Amino acid sequence: MKRTAGFVVAGVAMLAVAASGETQITGTGATFPYPMYSKWFNEYRKLHPDIAINYQSRGSGAGIQQVTAGTVDFGASDGPMNDMQLKEFQDKRGCEVLHFPTVLGADVPTYNIAGVTQALNFTAEALAGIYLGKITKWNDPEIAKANPGVKLPNTDIVVVHRSDSSGTTFIWTDYLSKVSKEWEMKAGRGTAVNWPVGLGGQGNEGVMGQVKQTPNSIGYVELIYALQNKVPFGKVKNPVGEFVEANLASVTAAAAGAAKNMPDDFRVSITNASGKGAYPISSFTWLLIPAKISDPAKKKALTDFLAWMLKDGQTMTQALSYAPLPKEVVAKETKAIAKIK
Amino acid sequence: MLRRVLSGDGLAQFIVFLSATAILALTALLVWELWSHSGPSRAKFGFDFLRTSTWDPVAGVFGALPYIYGTVVTSAVALLIAIPFGVGAAIFLAELAPPRLSDAMTFLIELLAAVPSVIFGLMGIFVLLPLLLKVIPGFKDAAGFLPIFSGPFYGPSLLSAGIVLSIMVAPFIISVSREVLLAVPKDLREAALALGATRWETTWDIVVPFARRGIMGSVFLALARALGETMAVTMVVGNTPKIAASLLAPGYSIAAVIANEFVEATTDLHISSLIELGLVLFGLTIVLNGAARLLILATSGRASR
Amino acid sequence: MRAAAFQTAGGLSFRRRAVNVFMLGLTGVFTVLAVSILFFVLGYLFVQGGFSLNWNFFTKLPVPVGETGGGMANALVGSAKVLLLATCIGVPIGFLAGIHLAEYSGAGYASVIRFVTDLLNGVPSIVIGIFAYALIVTRIGFSTLAGGVALGVMMIPIALRSTEEFLKSVPVSLREGAMALGATKSRTILTVVVPAAIRGLISGMMLNLARVAGETAPLLFTALGNQFWSQGWRQPTATLPAMIYEYAKSPYEDWHRQAWAAGFMLLALVLLVNVTARSIIAGGLSHKTR
Repeated sequence: MKRTAGFVVAGVAMLAVAASGETQITGTGATFPYPMYSKWFNEYRKLHPDIAINYQSRGSGAGIQQVTAGTVDFGASDGPMNDMQLKEFQDKRGCEVLHFPTVLGADVPTYNIAGVTQALNFTAEALAGIYLGKITKWNDPEIAKANPGVKLPNTDIVVVHRSDSSGTTFIWTDYLSKVSKEWEMKAGRGTAVNWPVGLGGQGNEGVMGQVKQTPNSIGYVELIYALQNKVPFGKVKNPVGEFVEANLASVTAAAAGAAKNMPDDFRVSITNASGKGAYPISSFTWLLIPAKISDPAKKKALTDFLAWMLKDGQTMTQALSYAPLPKEVVAKETKAIAKIK
Repeated sequence: MLRRVLSGDGLAQFIVFLSATAILALTALLVWELWSHSGPSRAKFGFDFLRTSTWDPVAGVFGALPYIYGTVVTSAVALLIAIPFGVGAAIFLAELAPPRLSDAMTFLIELLAAVPSVIFGLMGIFVLLPLLLKVIPGFKDAAGFLPIFSGPFYGPSLLSAGIVLSIMVAPFIISVSREVLLAVPKDLREAALALGATRWETTWDIVVPFARRGIMGSVFLALARALGETMAVTMVVGNTPKIAASLLAPGYSIAAVIANEFVEATTDLHISSLIELGLVLFGLTIVLNGAARLLILATSGRASR
Repeated sequence: MRAAAFQTAGGLSFRRRAVNVFMLGLTGVFTVLAVSILFFVLGYLFVQGGFSLNWNFFTKLPVPVGETGGGMANALVGSAKVLLLATCIGVPIGFLAGIHLAEYSGAGYASVIRFVTDLLNGVPSIVIGIFAYALIVTRIGFSTLAGGVALGVMMIPIALRSTEEFLKSVPVSLREGAMALGATKSRTILTVVVPAAIRGLISGMMLNLARVAGETAPLLFTALGNQFWSQGWRQPTATLPAMIYEYAKSPYEDWHRQAWAAGFMLLALVLLVNVTARSIIAGGLSHKTR
């Protein structure tokens, strides 16, 4: 009896001892860049086996909330924190929170329609109408007229949106608010809105899963989720009248204007950007890092990672269909790393 | 006196007393945390919280009715399915099956109660939903005129969640009902049979009514379990905070919305509203568990008279 | 009275006999249905998941999103750690309190403790998660510790109830015999009563463990998750049920496959523990009646 107790204690002690020198950093937030971040943090661990950056994707809202609460070391969001949230962070944690753009991505409308494997063309009115619940059938004229020659069924559209607080939602609703006054009044822009219609999926993964499993559905996900799952996604009409497909070139074109006029805090919206070949539902995504990190090992690990991310990390984005940051933004950001004390 | 306390025996008694009191303290702490953290939303919305149905984090308006509705409806569907099947199976196991077979089958059914909720969710997503997607269109042709079966069916729905829940709570109804039926005195059965009743008539008209309270108690227990179920429900209910007349529509439950929104609620009012929801759920399960216990006791009291 | 309705002139009518056979047959069908659902769940998981179990599952860490070849090694260890901590928290408190109820407590205090414990038992698991978040996560962050506390609190009521029940089932004569030989009360409990009830106590603990092993909801806000090995107790950790949840609702086929495998592992372990625990009790009972 005494001996077994001894073994138990020894076993517990062994499990409790941390590996010497390993620094574990925890972050949570956006599912939008999750494929990129999970790849980055995995690669970084291979380069630096003593640094484990654990990223759990729970949605941008969780990223903002938990980094403000101090339960995680950093957050991630594709909807920049608004002034009220910035102030709350300052009040709660005694320092400001810094936004660091990491990649450029795109929200794409993905759908599951029997017999339709090609990219459908969507006008802004079509997307707004679908998500407002006013366009209810796939063969509605607003959709059909943009897609001559495509056989669209006379079935009800099943709308899928996010059930959690999401930066991907922020990007989507930010775009819809810019192109539809009615949407702006009814639901507005935010990480979580009062959706007029639709089913809720949790995370980009959840929405993608839902669309895959539900016939005649439409959802919005980050480009890589549609690509990795080999599902069709649509082209969207941009302000100059072109139907643009989301890809590296079109997303980079959308960021061109913002790159030149990037504000110091890096918070900017690039949806519905005008410019030839620009994809209208593009966005930066940010890491949210407190300006003051008390643990020196964690601070060094994060600042080192940021430097690596801005150089080597940027070379890995294209393989996952995220566009790398514009040169001007990288330069400005590299200087901003010094703000972390 | 002091010597007694300082001796091993007194110390031992003190330690176990401390443990028991620790449970009191822990529970008090839990209730206090729930009550105080839900303060902001209780103050702001009052009872309207339970009556209004707009849940808008952006505007800061929180009405819990869709979640209460979803929780009640999915549990009701679960019971509507589980009670006939459960009581029926309990009758078979208590009255008809030979004791060894009855014990063996009950053992297996009680194992079903041990299956984790997330596993039911897993089966729900990949087995039940595709099955329902195949079957419901045909069913709607026959019954679609009824408002509860109207509207489109996408898979995730109040009905799907209700069905999964019914499988999860049936073992409780079966197990407890079987116990109370077995506790009914033999003389009652023998008297009825002697008077010429069939086995079924004896069971249905004499034995079951006698054990009525205990069976109701098992239903309350099942209900309490169904109300608090989180994972299996959130995986198949559709996570949509809307109140619809149709069971085929997606819905939301209290436990599911807490699970989905808690870590990301960015305003204090949002968090407070979610915790208030937790409080509501807690209150419901307390009442039901208490009622269940009283009812089961009432039946066994009757049986031992 | 009803009795009059049963008596008929020439024996049972056809209708009554038909109803009898039909209804009784129906109850049999319902029972078979209930039992077969268990076999269906087990069988389906085994076919989907059992064959997905491979060496990678047990030894590899998760790989980046969208890639294949990862495993759940860290989730298996993480679950073990959380459950170990939960047992270390929940069982001692419940056990000692159970001793108090069974051996020392006056009737009044005992009913208060029982009532409050029932209250705690009725708390939905998601609410326990909120509690652990407010208590621990806001102070030290998402961690194995928070997860262990959440599950430990869930284990207390059952540990208390089963301890009280099994200790009370030990005959008074044993206690009196020991005390007559001069043993103090605490000695008696430790060396006589508890060993006499040990079968029930252990199996009760196993059933308790099996119950919380499958709990997912409280872990969502406490242990969070981890794609690497979790060091110590203050880091977030992957756990089996949480991984099943995350992978099941994702769109990736490889993750679905792993979710089935994990589901099979979890269910197999839970059922194994259940069956073992119950046979220990059953063995004890038949031992007693001899």
